[in-house]
Amino acid sequence: MNPLYALFALLIFPGLVYALPMGWLMLGVERRCRARFQGRLGPPLAQPFYDFVKLLAKTPMGRLVSDRGLFTGLPLLAVGSIVGALALLPVVAGGSGFVGDLVLLVTLLELPPLCLVLAGYASRSIYGEVGATREAILSITSNVPFLLGIVAMAWGCGSLQLTTIATATPWAVRIPALLTILICLPVKLRLNPFSLANAEQELLAGPLTEFDGPRLALWELAHGLEWVALTGFVVTLAVPWRSGIWWIDAAAFIVLSLAMVPLLALLAASTARFKIVQASRQLWIWGSLAGLAALGAAFYLRYWGN
Amino acid sequence: MNVAEHGLMFSIVDRARRSSAWLFHFNAGACNGCDIELVTCLTPYYDVEQVGIRLEGSPRHADILCVSGPVTRTTREPLEVIYSQMPDPKAVVAIGSCPASCNVFAGSPVIDGPVDKFIPVDVYVPGCPPRPHAIIQGIAQAIRCLGMKRGAAIAEKPSGKIETELEVA
Repeated sequence: MNPLYALFALLIFPGLVYALPMGWLMLGVERRCRARFQGRLGPPLAQPFYDFVKLLAKTPMGRLVSDRGLFTGLPLLAVGSIVGALALLPVVAGGSGFVGDLVLLVTLLELPPLCLVLAGYASRSIYGEVGATREAILSITSNVPFLLGIVAMAWGCGSLQLTTIATATPWAVRIPALLTILICLPVKLRLNPFSLANAEQELLAGPLTEFDGPRLALWELAHGLEWVALTGFVVTLAVPWRSGIWWIDAAAFIVLSLAMVPLLALLAASTARFKIVQASRQLWIWGSLAGLAALGAAFYLRYWGN
Repeated sequence: MNVAEHGLMFSIVDRARRSSAWLFHFNAGACNGCDIELVTCLTPYYDVEQVGIRLEGSPRHADILCVSGPVTRTTREPLEVIYSQMPDPKAVVAIGSCPASCNVFAGSPVIDGPVDKFIPVDVYVPGCPPRPHAIIQGIAQAIRCLGMKRGAAIAEKPSGKIETELEVA
């Protein structure tokens, strides 16, 4: 990965210039689709952008000096790490990636939930603490199957480089591994059956209860970018074909990422919220089953396949 | 708001503030009648989310504080705390007759109200309880106070923009 391409990926595609409007669009499509599924009209597509600008233009309340660094630093770290994760996505075949970038990508995708947990505890609000505890439990339970799926894919193709994993993983491993990652996707996006951490009304606003104005705007931004990064992650791993012409690959990536949003909205609109025991049990059972199936397939292909 | 007159950033912020009003609902000792009517506004039948209105769980996220009920002795301090936790610009809508005049509870020794003794109220929605249409109209007027020209917004005639959008609802 040469520095010029890295800078392009970080700042333009699939980094900031692409991901900012796409994040707002995805949040807007999700809210609108969910409203349609519930028999409502729903807000305009630009609604998340309006929310962001409005929050940014609010006057934040005064904070203790000891709190200020954490309250601004944590959402900034979350936004920064997701932009870094976006830049590593193997959208175009040639030129991008280095050995071991899978490890870096997974680390960067894990940072925002960690920031959210820290933010919840740092807020010293009882609702923030309960939300942070739930987020921590769900993050651990969802990461076991998530990592199982990713390890299975890496093992199936014998490489830790994302471009190789995306193009060379055999289908017998890819399908159960993708299923595992898809099971974990609503947990990582905090969507309805697993919306325990930010449980609206039930926990006020979960870990973000004490955040206001621009700091809350940064969290909303991080959430939008998380949508782009995680759907993009699934799409790049699911589609092994790269045409070699960059704009065809990019267009397919954008269309497929957007196509996932109504499906996730349908899931969110048609399910009720789990209890924490139910959520972790379902994740452990189905996530681990799918993950172990993927791992078993990878193991089989590796030692007896040829 | 006119872009040529006020500049691009100014009009974007104004537009954003007018199209994304988040509510926080505070029950200051109400009988629950007005609360039920307020929650009705968020159902598919009225669907205020199509103009960006959303019920938020935390006062720190909210733009508009919806108060119902005469202020009882126990809810007085929480009301003041919650009002002080909301970041500017903010507006207050008093829903029902109780926060406006204490209604049938006036003169009771445990009632400290009405609401405007403690926090400034922008819009009163009278009724016992008011109909959801009236509550939506009150919130629409409060949204006008949130725009960039706050002082002028209260005096000016209804601009028609928000009104027409809400008629669809």
